[in-house]
Amino acid sequence: MSINQSGWRPTSPEANAGNVPASVTGNKALMLEEALIFEIGDNHTTGVDFASPSPLRGEGRGEGQPSNAAPGTAPHPTLSPEGRGLSRLAGLARNNPIGLPGLSEPETVRHYTRLSRQNYGIDLGFFPLGSCTMKHNPRLNEKMARLPGFSDVHPLQPVDTVQGALEVIHQLAHWLVTLTGMTSVAMSPKAGAHGELCGILAIRAALEAKGEGARKIILVPESAHGTNPATAAFAGYSVEDIPATAEGRVDTAALKARLGPDVAGVMITNPNTCGLFERDMREISDAVHAAGGFVYCDGANFNAIVGRVRPGDLGIDAMHINLHKTFSTPHGGGGPGSGPVVFSEALTPYAPLPFVEKQGDQFVLVEEENADEHHAGSFGRMVAFHGQMGMFTRALTYILSHGADGLRQVSEDAVLNANYILRSLDDTLDAPFGPSGPCMHEALFSDSGLAAGFSTIDIAKGLIDEGFHPMTMYFPLVVHGAMLVEPTETESKAALDQFIAALRSVAERAKAGDPSLKTAPHFAPRARLDETLAARKPVLVWKEPSPLAQAAE
Amino acid sequence: MRYLPLTQPDREAMLAVIGAATIDDLFVDVPEAARLDGPVRDLPMHASEMAVERHMSALAKKNLTAGEAPFFLGCGAYKHHVPASVDHLIQRGEFLTAYTPYQPEIAQGTLQMLFEFQTQVARLLGTDVANASMYDGSTACWEAIVMARRITKRGKAILSSGLHPHYVSVSKTMAKFTGDVLDTAAPELAADMDLDQLIAKIDDDTSCVVVQYPDILGRIADLRPLADACHAKKALLIAVVTEPVALGAITSPGEMDADIVVGEGQSLGVGLQFGGPYVGLFGCKDKYVRQMPGRLCGETVDADGRRGFVLTLSTREQHIRREKATSNICTNSGLCALAFSIHMTLLGEAGLRQLAEINHAGAVSAAERLSQIPGVELVNDSFFNEFTLKLPTEARPVVRTLADRGILAGVSLGRLYPGEDALANGLVVAVTETTTAEDVETLASALQEILA
Repeated sequence: MSINQSGWRPTSPEANAGNVPASVTGNKALMLEEALIFEIGDNHTTGVDFASPSPLRGEGRGEGQPSNAAPGTAPHPTLSPEGRGLSRLAGLARNNPIGLPGLSEPETVRHYTRLSRQNYGIDLGFFPLGSCTMKHNPRLNEKMARLPGFSDVHPLQPVDTVQGALEVIHQLAHWLVTLTGMTSVAMSPKAGAHGELCGILAIRAALEAKGEGARKIILVPESAHGTNPATAAFAGYSVEDIPATAEGRVDTAALKARLGPDVAGVMITNPNTCGLFERDMREISDAVHAAGGFVYCDGANFNAIVGRVRPGDLGIDAMHINLHKTFSTPHGGGGPGSGPVVFSEALTPYAPLPFVEKQGDQFVLVEEENADEHHAGSFGRMVAFHGQMGMFTRALTYILSHGADGLRQVSEDAVLNANYILRSLDDTLDAPFGPSGPCMHEALFSDSGLAAGFSTIDIAKGLIDEGFHPMTMYFPLVVHGAMLVEPTETESKAALDQFIAALRSVAERAKAGDPSLKTAPHFAPRARLDETLAARKPVLVWKEPSPLAQAAE
Repeated sequence: MRYLPLTQPDREAMLAVIGAATIDDLFVDVPEAARLDGPVRDLPMHASEMAVERHMSALAKKNLTAGEAPFFLGCGAYKHHVPASVDHLIQRGEFLTAYTPYQPEIAQGTLQMLFEFQTQVARLLGTDVANASMYDGSTACWEAIVMARRITKRGKAILSSGLHPHYVSVSKTMAKFTGDVLDTAAPELAADMDLDQLIAKIDDDTSCVVVQYPDILGRIADLRPLADACHAKKALLIAVVTEPVALGAITSPGEMDADIVVGEGQSLGVGLQFGGPYVGLFGCKDKYVRQMPGRLCGETVDADGRRGFVLTLSTREQHIRREKATSNICTNSGLCALAFSIHMTLLGEAGLRQLAEINHAGAVSAAERLSQIPGVELVNDSFFNEFTLKLPTEARPVVRTLADRGILAGVSLGRLYPGEDALANGLVVAVTETTTAEDVETLASALQEILA
């Protein structure tokens, strides 16, 4: 099978200005189109050299195919079980093609470099996604994570050959516990939402251990993250919403009124998704505890309070920390994440394994077989190995760089930047919770006051033309046409001023009903994409065009 | 504090715009009792780049790396050579420092890469479709079991004894809370996988059978009879692949009619990293796509009619239907998926097959050499690049002793199955293209000496 049958090449759109003809290639100077690997690769090219078929057999056996063999001359390098007496493949040796395109090394480098240029990242500019938090990713973190001592060790090596790796986990755990004022931390959850699940499972294990397994309700305020109710439901709970007050906080009276013997706990996001600190957190925690439940806090927004507030002082029982948000690990176009969960004393015995502990001068991996009484009630294992080690290394590097003093400055600058944006734009954009007082890490606006037919999406797409990644759109759900802007601490005043000017200008165009905004972005690699078509007729993998379709062209 | 661009005059000017006298005025909503009056005690202050590098390097040096030792560990994480261009390309800031592609017009790089990744993974696993990656293989395995429950509306999953014990642990943990019933057992040190035993267990309550391929002891079997038996009872066959390089040499589970195929993609592009981050692979038949967890990237067109890509079918996801979501996942392993995809592109069909052949040939040769040691027995009839030896004594202390000699000898089954005496003598040995003949000889002679 040859992969490159279609001969697809990017086609140039109609030239959109004056009499300038479209380019033949579809490219526009430095903005280059790039076909799919299936359209430019084939099944005999490889960008990797292999010295010989088997490094254990020495040179000169000659079974390997030259890596740059001419098309058509090279049969697939197949295993020949009968011929060589080598195969132990149970008669399952593959003889049919897989259909994987190969590119030479230069073609590969060019393909991915070209793709990268169609992406926006924090290295290019301000990335104000509220509740998602994109901050500068220091390259020292990357360098440290790539030290062979961390990147080239296997999770099942004997523990005395990985003492440094375990010490990294132990040191990071110490920082997280100390900064949050909690008792212990489970490091293994793979992402924030996985951490939520970890916290809820610990709550459920604790309740069952106390004979309180009949509690089946988790209360989730409207101002919480969207993953919270999904997590509670996934862990077998029924979810009940608690309304938000007019000023964007949990309705404490409504929450207290709902507490009872059927409630397992509450999941609160603090600071919340309206960008506000839940002032009544301690009061809520006390009420939940008095009613026999537990308090889960979504710590995704911990970056706003790190070094200034310890969640443990607010009566929280479990909280995950998104390392990429607070501690600058890169998000890589959607992950990986890492979501360690800190626990109060009450939940510590139920936390998942493994744990790293220091016993004498040795670091020990506490797993099922050597769990002591502190972890006797553990609800088990959440992932195959020990969590996102590569992220731990990065986070610890960032934490050590900042220190206790720097982290306090981090939250102060993050909050300062958010309030600066809020107060610089609340004359132009509606800020529904502006009167509620200072915001924390993020500033919230609504689409109120835009011209008829214009909404948040038009402002977002207009910002793209101004060279900015848009803010979070339509979230949180409690605000109509929400725009959630989170600057973080790594933005300069000059960057914020430029963003404020751009957002002001786009907002004014939306209020005036400028029709060109409805078709924005105009200068991006793509115009607005048809998401409805994608969902209605899902095309999730590349398929070779049928011969009929080709003939029709 | 080199990562903080604000100057003191900036801060003062900004406070003036806000109308606050001091930074403390912005924290008024935090109750007095919960406010810290200075840096958290018991933690050091900020440090220079040089000092941090010195500290981290000292920690790194305390580990024995795979590259420093004759190295034979596998069991779900494998040492393979990763071409230099893979790590270079994933460090481009536009990939590394991008967020989830919520604004497709300026995220086509990530989205096209995910579409290519999905296609590569689907073809490798032999499934119709694949998603944009999961956290890792073990969580993907669990999500597949939950997905089978959603599809079949049944709650009993049969787990093969050859499934990685950590994957079993993760599934057991989650099953406690979702109410699924798992039927599982520890493996036996036998030459072949016993699929008939699994077939005999399938009944009308069975949602799925989960089988690892190659399994934890390295064994391979034709899954078609198992798939037929599952389908006869309207149950699903889930296959778990922890070593994707194997699929360059052997028939994929999808081609043998598995309904869902999940895997750990670490082998390609990602590196050992002491267990994470890794990249979960997840593919299934077309008819189940709307029950698949995780992110999906789909092809569409833009307003000018040009091809483009978007995240799609997200109505299954947490951010739309909240408690009705198919799973609570709100991320994937984007950067690891990118590394996987680049490595796969560099290899191509020809390279992957060659790589697989080298791995297999190396393993065959090592198995022959090691099983010649007096008292050492090769358990497997079949294997790809990983096989199990039965030693005349407990394997765990042997591994320990070999580590003292600078040899990382493999994974003792005692480590994976504590308390299972029948498995204590088992040692799982993995051989890849990074293993040299000298490595095997070093292990063989040291092992022979210790066992003598």
